Amino acid sequence: MTIASPQDLAVPQPPSGQLQPQGWLRYFSFSLDHKVIGLQYIVTSFLFYLIGGALAGVIRTELVSPMSDFVSRETYNEVLTLHGTIMIFLWIVPVVNGGFGNYLIPFYVGARDMAFPRLNAVAFWMIPPAGLLLIASHFITGSAQSGWTAYPPLSLTTPAMAQVVWIISVLLLGGSSIFGAINFIATVMKMRRPGLKLMQLPMYCWAMLGTSILAVLSTPVLAGTLLLLSFDIVAHTGFFNPTLGGNVVVYQHLFWFYSHPAVYIMVLPAFGLVSEILPVHARKPLFGYSTMVYSIMAIVFLGLIVWAHHMFTSGTPPWMRLFFTIATAFIAVPTGIKFFNWLATLWGGKIALNSAMLFACAFIVNFVFGGITGVALAQVPFDIHVHDTYFVVGHFHYIVYGGTVFVIFSAIYHWYPKFTGKMLDETLGKIHFALTFIGFNLCFAPQHWLGLNGMPRRVAEYDPMFTTLNQLSSVGALLMALSTLPFLINVIRSFSHGAVAGDNPWNALTPEWLTTSPPPVENWKGEAPLVAHPYGYGQLPSAGLPVDQATGQDVWTGS
Amino acid sequence: MDTLATSLTSDAKASPHQDATDHGVAEEHNDVRMFGLATFLVADGMTFAGFFAAYLTFRAVNPLPSGSNYELELVLPTINTALLIISSLTFHRAGRALLTSRIHDCRLWLGVSAALGIAFLVGQMVEYFHLPFGLTENLFASTFYALTGFHGLHVTLGVICILVVLFQVGPNGKVSAIKPFGLEAAELYWHFVDGIWVVLYGLLYLL
Repeated sequence: MTIASPQDLAVPQPPSGQLQPQGWLRYFSFSLDHKVIGLQYIVTSFLFYLIGGALAGVIRTELVSPMSDFVSRETYNEVLTLHGTIMIFLWIVPVVNGGFGNYLIPFYVGARDMAFPRLNAVAFWMIPPAGLLLIASHFITGSAQSGWTAYPPLSLTTPAMAQVVWIISVLLLGGSSIFGAINFIATVMKMRRPGLKLMQLPMYCWAMLGTSILAVLSTPVLAGTLLLLSFDIVAHTGFFNPTLGGNVVVYQHLFWFYSHPAVYIMVLPAFGLVSEILPVHARKPLFGYSTMVYSIMAIVFLGLIVWAHHMFTSGTPPWMRLFFTIATAFIAVPTGIKFFNWLATLWGGKIALNSAMLFACAFIVNFVFGGITGVALAQVPFDIHVHDTYFVVGHFHYIVYGGTVFVIFSAIYHWYPKFTGKMLDETLGKIHFALTFIGFNLCFAPQHWLGLNGMPRRVAEYDPMFTTLNQLSSVGALLMALSTLPFLINVIRSFSHGAVAGDNPWNALTPEWLTTSPPPVENWKGEAPLVAHPYGYGQLPSAGLPVDQATGQDVWTGS
Repeated sequence: MDTLATSLTSDAKASPHQDATDHGVAEEHNDVRMFGLATFLVADGMTFAGFFAAYLTFRAVNPLPSGSNYELELVLPTINTALLIISSLTFHRAGRALLTSRIHDCRLWLGVSAALGIAFLVGQMVEYFHLPFGLTENLFASTFYALTGFHGLHVTLGVICILVVLFQVGPNGKVSAIKPFGLEAAELYWHFVDGIWVVLYGLLYLL
């Protein structure tokens, strides 16, 4: 607590704002501004996304041919472990939670910052060291080889040093996630502007509240589990070591108690973001607000009691299989409610098919496909057939890439004007979208067939009968890699050359648009606006105006 | 902080956007902080819940080989449990004393609480050195040391917090009747650590 003492105030001082670096330098500082921290998260995790993507490129290159000829088997194991860990813990979780959460939540609750700005900065600054540690381990000790799940006994038999570094890194990232979650819960529950009711909050607040509850309840369990695992590695205890009387299935239970909710930690914020984006570009109120809220909370509750559907082949007793199959099938209900609400939001809307909307719509398509294969995987007989095959890989990427990453791109096209004051180029955006959508489906759709026919996951070599489809999948991966180029050109070039966005290029009603672009340090020049109807499209006169949303030429005329 | 806040108010009115260095901190009210701490303790409690679940599963599924050494003695841990429960009560007295501005009493009760905490840690050390099994002896031994050790770490942190608060308490100190956050936070944390111990004692020693 460094509040200036009264004597200091008497002395004329330069505006104390200058004590923190301004301009671009503040993005490299221990800034307490939630908007700076949000962008720090987004940019940092995007850099890790590029690394994780390059690793995916190595995997897909290796899998072009049935033999392991591009990299050695050990390297392949390292690459797939790093790919999974980086993409989950350093890209998706930080960007949809820390990134957009920090940027948007204070606006949505009408606050000038998060509840704990300093904790917020600490949570962010845990990420770069953890990420660098993880990647540097590859060059120092060789990286971990046991996959992102680090199942013992595999994680006990692969090189120990690498596994310990991996554990430390994941513990740091988990800590960062918990701190972030505490901040979001406190901000949504305690920092709301007077007069703003819970049921008036934009949907992303609810999504972040639900996500943060999951993070607070489940991440510590992973932390404890990894501590025990590190004891097994370092001190040769036997918690998860069957030869010393331990039990590997206990690890799996504890691990999935975190890692199934982690899927919702990755996808619930995306649900929230897409619920913000669709109404704006369809010029319609979000359909079924309260059912959206209840289904988020239902997903939070059910998400905590479905973990063992990852373990149907781990000697799980029949009653447990039955329970977790039913619970998992149940979770499709609230998810389906959300899906139909999005469709109903689009129905009869004045849809602007700009890049943000295209990515958001593609999200709906991909996510439904991934969701359906998810329900299929929850059925024990089917799961036993495809467990640990490429079917699971395909399903997972449809949820996490087709679901969350598509929403991340959609959100960047949607909020870039707010972040920078400049519009992104629509042509490049549509090229980006087309390449991503085609590449993604080409890459991961064939993997379902591969899995159904028995191609195991996480193995560098495969039966030659799978060659053609693997090559097709690798072509898709190449398209996805190429799709990053127009995106990168777009975000870098638009920063200086983009059309000026104005304060509210989309004529949106949520509070972050009711200030300048980019917003001032404390979010609003005057008092925070009270937005009682964040989705009041069609109810206010402005919403009926013709809107050329792609160029953002219209001027905000709302109240 | 309240007096400072009032002196800052006039300044803040003149130029509301000047306090970028203390950006948002002025809004960090005590009840928000206590709420944040409580949320953190839920998370911390889940770590223990995970350990307890692992322990109970091990117990149910992985019986120790016959002749394994896992006998615990009960006297010292029971005394330790009593010490912690008493320390929660003395800490509560310290909180009451602070709110009525009896600084001397507050310091006294804080000191007693810290001393009880240290006595607990010493007791646990004595127990560790007299146990017939080491960390890697068997699954129960590993779980026992991991659980009590993780809890002991919490007690150590709690004692440090109490001592810090002890030095901060004063009529015009960082912790006083009008800004009791430091003490209240340490107290909530201490009660939490005690509560965890009671569960742990029941599961490890009595069950």
